[in-house]
Amino acid sequence: MAEADLGVHPSEPVIDADELTRRFGDFVAVDGLSFAVRSGEIFGFLGPNGAGKTTAIRMLIGLLEPSSGSARVAGHDVRREPDAVKRSIGYMSQLFSLYSDLTVRENLELFAGLYDLPADRREDRIRWALGTAGLEGRGDQLTATLPLGLKQRLALGSAVLHEPPVLFLDEPTSGVDPVARRTFWDLISDLAAAGTTVLVTTHYMEEAEHCHRLALMNRGRLVALDAPSALEASLHSPILEIRTNDPTRAAALLAGIEGIEDATMVGRSVHAMVADEPTARVRIAEVLEREGIDLRSVDRVRPTLEDVFVSVVRRSGGVVEG
Amino acid sequence: MTLRRTLAVARKEVVQLSRDPRSLALGFLIPPFLLVFFGTAITFDVDDIRLAVWDADRTQTSSRLVDAFVASGYFRVVDRLERYPDTTHSLQSGEALAVLAIPRGFARDLAGGGPAPLQLLVDGSDANTATIAIGYARAIASAYSVRVVLAGREPTPAVVAASRVWYNPSLESRNMVLPGLVAVILSILAALLTALTIAREWERGTMEQLVSTPVTRVEIVAGKLLPYLAIGVLDVLLAVAIGRALFDVPFRGSLALLIAMTIVFLLAALGFGMFLSAALKSQVLATQFAMVATYLPALLLSGFIFAIGNMPRVLQLATYLFPARYYVTITKAVFLKGVGLEILWRQGLPLTGLAALAIAATVVAFRKEVE
Repeated sequence: MAEADLGVHPSEPVIDADELTRRFGDFVAVDGLSFAVRSGEIFGFLGPNGAGKTTAIRMLIGLLEPSSGSARVAGHDVRREPDAVKRSIGYMSQLFSLYSDLTVRENLELFAGLYDLPADRREDRIRWALGTAGLEGRGDQLTATLPLGLKQRLALGSAVLHEPPVLFLDEPTSGVDPVARRTFWDLISDLAAAGTTVLVTTHYMEEAEHCHRLALMNRGRLVALDAPSALEASLHSPILEIRTNDPTRAAALLAGIEGIEDATMVGRSVHAMVADEPTARVRIAEVLEREGIDLRSVDRVRPTLEDVFVSVVRRSGGVVEG
Repeated sequence: MTLRRTLAVARKEVVQLSRDPRSLALGFLIPPFLLVFFGTAITFDVDDIRLAVWDADRTQTSSRLVDAFVASGYFRVVDRLERYPDTTHSLQSGEALAVLAIPRGFARDLAGGGPAPLQLLVDGSDANTATIAIGYARAIASAYSVRVVLAGREPTPAVVAASRVWYNPSLESRNMVLPGLVAVILSILAALLTALTIAREWERGTMEQLVSTPVTRVEIVAGKLLPYLAIGVLDVLLAVAIGRALFDVPFRGSLALLIAMTIVFLLAALGFGMFLSAALKSQVLATQFAMVATYLPALLLSGFIFAIGNMPRVLQLATYLFPARYYVTITKAVFLKGVGLEILWRQGLPLTGLAALAIAATVVAFRKEVE
């Protein structure tokens, strides 16, 4: 991707949000969001449903007017120059929103037209998109009949048909199986490696690991922002993984006892964040035995992003809304 | 605004239309069907009036009078009543629409040179038909009187009114019904067709993707109007063909003028449907509004059934708001009178205004913001 496409100097952020806020009546969906994304970065918004990720994206691409604050995308003010912003970005919305009653090729032709691709570039780009989406030879298939994984790749292909410097993806892999999800993330990595700046939202923790930097969001606010590994390292308290025959009850019991900062269910086990490991191990065994819960193992584990997320949210005094 | 983006939207709309049987039927099958169906069914001509006769006179004169009614072609004798009270039953049951009562002594009174009263009882529950029936009966009776009075002599009336009917000399109602019907059908259909377009994209979520591209509101509205404009024009051409081939309705004006006027009318009618779609963002709501706001006004306030000049002042003013009003006048004028723009600019101008208003309102109501 040529530097001229960025619309900004390489050292300047491609996406720059400053105190971005959106209210719907009394409800504050996004509250004073500030961050900057560098060129070629894969930047993730991680947070539960209702955290304000989608609202933030919609403001950044000019689909929603900010109530206050400002943002620049590819050098253009989202409030004052929404049309210039739209020419510089590709966008994939949360729900599949290409036309199901058009064929694969018809969808691509439509977006080639909407992005005003000149006739000599059109055919090349459509062929490229078909290849990228793994849909060679299936151009005449009705989009409705594609499996979801392929639909998502087609949507991605349509969104970058005009080779935009910035790409916004709103939960691009929701509902897609793990294999298709991995293929999809490979595509995103390739695009970023080629210079495209990517902002992606997700609520899958394992997906967040693909991002260069992560913004953790909860209830409209940015609660932490760093590289995934740095976020995990920032967690100083040890994490114990406790396996029992009744994880639901165990989590509830352990969350209340002294020396345990937090206990949540992760999969079929309980993750407890503890102040002092030896003391905590004794207390956990005591409490579970008294309540007649069968303790199978207690292991110290590397904190996951989920642990980080829970911890950060608790520290910021909030409640995780799922 | 770029042509490429507008055409991209239009092409997409055409492909979607071609795969949607409901819209295809609405656009191409329903209009000719309605035209043929209502063109056959709707007639304002009153003939074949069912007449019951109570003839108490039972003379040659009285039966000659009854013959005169039958010979006129407007009346058909369905019953001969024995007793006068039976007249009530005839009218109540609907067997007869009118009863001719000839009192005893009719022939004698007539021969005596004095006035010979007749009674005509008419079912007034259909005021229109009743009025026409009374008119026919009066004319037949007076023609009969003249014959009796002048028996054997050459008639030399004092005043002769030579009336000639222009544009529709045979006064066949079909000739005025059909062009008006074209306008009414198109009015209803146009708004229904476009009421779906924008709302459907909001409901399916495709609008969010669409408005994230550089395409502008004007381009979306224009791109969506174009295919329906083509359908509307095709429908009118089809209607002209059907009118000539099946119904023998004359087409005296300029086809080019009709098409030009049709386009302006369609922009207003299609634009109104699209405005509803953009403002309400719901296919169901927009369709219902489109039905209510076009169906009855097109039928009742367009001058198709009731002459606008006879309406109360308030309703007359209201008719100016409906594109159908102008288009009914235009189709009748082009089909039957063959007049040109020198007359029809009076319809064309306000229609252009309505079209501009509808499209501007659509662009304003069409918020690209997602909620």
